[in-house]
Amino acid sequence: MSTGVQRKLPGSLETNRALDRWLTVNADGTITVRPGKVEIGQGILTALVQIVAEELDVDAARIRLVGAATTLSPDEGITSGSRSIQESGIALRFAAAEARELLLQRAARRLEATVEQLSVTDGVVTSRAGGSITYWDLTDAKLLQRDATAEAPPKTAAEYALIGRALQRIDIPPKVMGAPVYVHDLVLAGMLHARVVRPPGPGMRLAAAEVDEVQQMPGVAAVVRDGSFLAVVAQREEQAIRAARRLARITQWEGGGTLPSSDPRYLLECETEDEVISEKGNAPDSSDAKTLAAEYTRPHIAHASLGPSCALAEFRGGRYTLWTHSQGIFPLRRDLSAALGVPEEDIEIAHMEGAGCYGHNGADDVACDAALIARAMPDTPVRVQWTREDEFGWEPYGSAMVVRMRGSLDEHGRIASWVHELWSHGHSTRPGGKGGVNLLGAWHLAQPVAAARPGNPPLPAGGSHRNALPLYAFARQRVVNHLVRSAPLRCSAMRSLGAHANVFAIESFMDELATCAGADPVEFRLAHLEDERARAVIEKAASLAGWRPNEEGDGERGRGIGFASYKNLGCYVAVVVEVAVAETVRVERAWCAVDVGQVINSDGVINQVEGGIVQTISWTLKERVAYDRQTVTSRNWDAYPILTFDEVPLIEVALIDRPELPPLGAGEGTQGPVAGAIGNAIYNAMKIRLRDMPFTRERLIAALV
Amino acid sequence: MSVTINVNGTPREVLADAETPLLYVLRNDLDLKGARYGCGAGFCGACMVIVDGKAVQSCDVPVGALAGKSITTIEGIGTPDKPHPLQRAFIDEQAAQCGYCASGIIMTAKALLDTRPKATDADIREALTGNLCRCGTHTRILRAIRRAAAGAAK
Repeated sequence: MSTGVQRKLPGSLETNRALDRWLTVNADGTITVRPGKVEIGQGILTALVQIVAEELDVDAARIRLVGAATTLSPDEGITSGSRSIQESGIALRFAAAEARELLLQRAARRLEATVEQLSVTDGVVTSRAGGSITYWDLTDAKLLQRDATAEAPPKTAAEYALIGRALQRIDIPPKVMGAPVYVHDLVLAGMLHARVVRPPGPGMRLAAAEVDEVQQMPGVAAVVRDGSFLAVVAQREEQAIRAARRLARITQWEGGGTLPSSDPRYLLECETEDEVISEKGNAPDSSDAKTLAAEYTRPHIAHASLGPSCALAEFRGGRYTLWTHSQGIFPLRRDLSAALGVPEEDIEIAHMEGAGCYGHNGADDVACDAALIARAMPDTPVRVQWTREDEFGWEPYGSAMVVRMRGSLDEHGRIASWVHELWSHGHSTRPGGKGGVNLLGAWHLAQPVAAARPGNPPLPAGGSHRNALPLYAFARQRVVNHLVRSAPLRCSAMRSLGAHANVFAIESFMDELATCAGADPVEFRLAHLEDERARAVIEKAASLAGWRPNEEGDGERGRGIGFASYKNLGCYVAVVVEVAVAETVRVERAWCAVDVGQVINSDGVINQVEGGIVQTISWTLKERVAYDRQTVTSRNWDAYPILTFDEVPLIEVALIDRPELPPLGAGEGTQGPVAGAIGNAIYNAMKIRLRDMPFTRERLIAALV
Repeated sequence: MSVTINVNGTPREVLADAETPLLYVLRNDLDLKGARYGCGAGFCGACMVIVDGKAVQSCDVPVGALAGKSITTIEGIGTPDKPHPLQRAFIDEQAAQCGYCASGIIMTAKALLDTRPKATDADIREALTGNLCRCGTHTRILRAIRRAAAGAAK
């Protein structure tokens, strides 16, 4: 019997202790598993299936995964930050181990044996002393109606049959068959189609809307107007589209803030909140032998999900029901409760998949739009689809950033001091936080509900300052975060947050110092790294690429390396890229070494790493949100080109599996290293240092002149 | 207005204005959700179907122009029990992350391989210039299409 303080339970079990909230063992031979984390294309659901199947000793095919819903799933916050394996995986690992233990205790009684005499294969419990019985005969509703204790130990790596293997993704077959698995595909009886008419640009207010004309258009059921929130609802989808276009043309708006310069250096002129996040010794010191300084930038970039955001909602009997691809249905519910002025218990939210989001895109906002429209049309299910233009124009972006580096070398060519100063907006304006409502529609209402103050997740994970602390060992260093809280273009979490720009700057600057020291980039990094896992991925990537010390580019082709440990706590990634520079920069090859600790699904990790490499090449070579004083002007793919099929490199990935170590998420490890490697490869090829992303043809030509 | 179009081998009558893009007729009138909305402007290929053997962006073609033409969607090329070789290859190569682009790309690839069974890697990349993948699954997708092509060539 336990008395006194409850010890902390692993991962999300700590705040969701009821075992049967997580899983149930069914008499029909299946196991229902209810994670609070959601599938965003990263393969998490399959990994969780492997974990549960492993710990329970059942065939993976018996597992039935239920998508997250506020009515029946544990609250695991937001699926983000590459934390799902660490938070949900460990919770299910212990929950499943405990379920197995409880079943064995029942089996022991039924078979008149001890638990030690029992073994399990695919749910069949066999006693060494004779007799067997199945989980399906042993189970009932009471089995897991208790709080987790996490006292049943999970398996050790040596016992694994399934974890570490490349189990095929459970969600891929329906997707390639064209099955209706996305929230975009949901059909509710009597459903109407809606489109929102947004202002031309941020900060604008509705001045006049001639709704009568649009209300007469074919199929239009309603025009919803609440302050500057404007939407049209119709019987058929194409009718809603046509009506929305007409409404947009005849609606007048006023006001509008002044958007800044498209050069990220506008951040240097803004009011900042300054935080020294690391200070060791006197950096730089005026007595340092050789000093170097460089300034790096990244523009605003877009999530640019292939499927623009979509949600469905119904308001009936004073209660809201929503279907959404939000990464965090519980935080969303908190903000909706405040936006709609109803208690959380009156809002039910179910998750269905969307297209890849890569962070905080329009998913939560369109859910709010759907709720607001549903409220205006009680008892009528409403489907709201953001257009491509809506998504490009209104999603939160990855913030522009400026990073200034200064460093010095001692007489031995080692780094003596290191300074990293960054300027950025905050990297999280997700719903569910304190002090306001982070839902676009709510800000446009006649009685607006104000936004929360934008900010950053705190260190050690960080936001704009994520990965600003170098993993390299320097005797003297100084790292300063200049937060520009007021953001004219809304910014929020975008895959890896500040790490893309911070690591780009760090890895570029390491090479600039290495060049100054006459050192090979790989050896230079190893000379400043004590972390064994860091050294291992760098050595592995170099070996995979056949890196030759001090290898030279030839004026057209070159290679470069980049490295980071995500958040300095997460996965370790080193990547070598080879570029060919002609009219544009092309990445031809990439060799990548990854250490995620214990690998749950090996192919899942490789898929994430390959995808991250390709996406980061796209960000680094091509992407920038374009805007003028009034609005975002990059509203479709012609104005926001991304990497295409004829531009992707050959990629090789090597996994360093460490099954005795905790598993780490793989999704955000490549962004910083790939950006750094590309900058370094271009320098290796051309002796030209590009410091402003994206590395477009224009930037290349400007640097060549 | 009543329009009869031939979808996956079956004549289907729909009541829609002639200028309604085929995409919305497929998804909303015929409950065929495999063709997906991505941009509505013909840039991304998420909506790709096959019309008389050619890959066509269904967001960009009015249903009224399709009387008498043969339309094939992803639902018409295979089933879970009998997947099309391309679908089989996408599963075998695990060629998806979010999967939203997959059906459009498979239809583009099918149109290519039906007319050019010995398509080279360059042919495949060229055919996919109208298809975007945002997750970065390109290398696996190319491998899957090559695998399907190689399988058919045997």
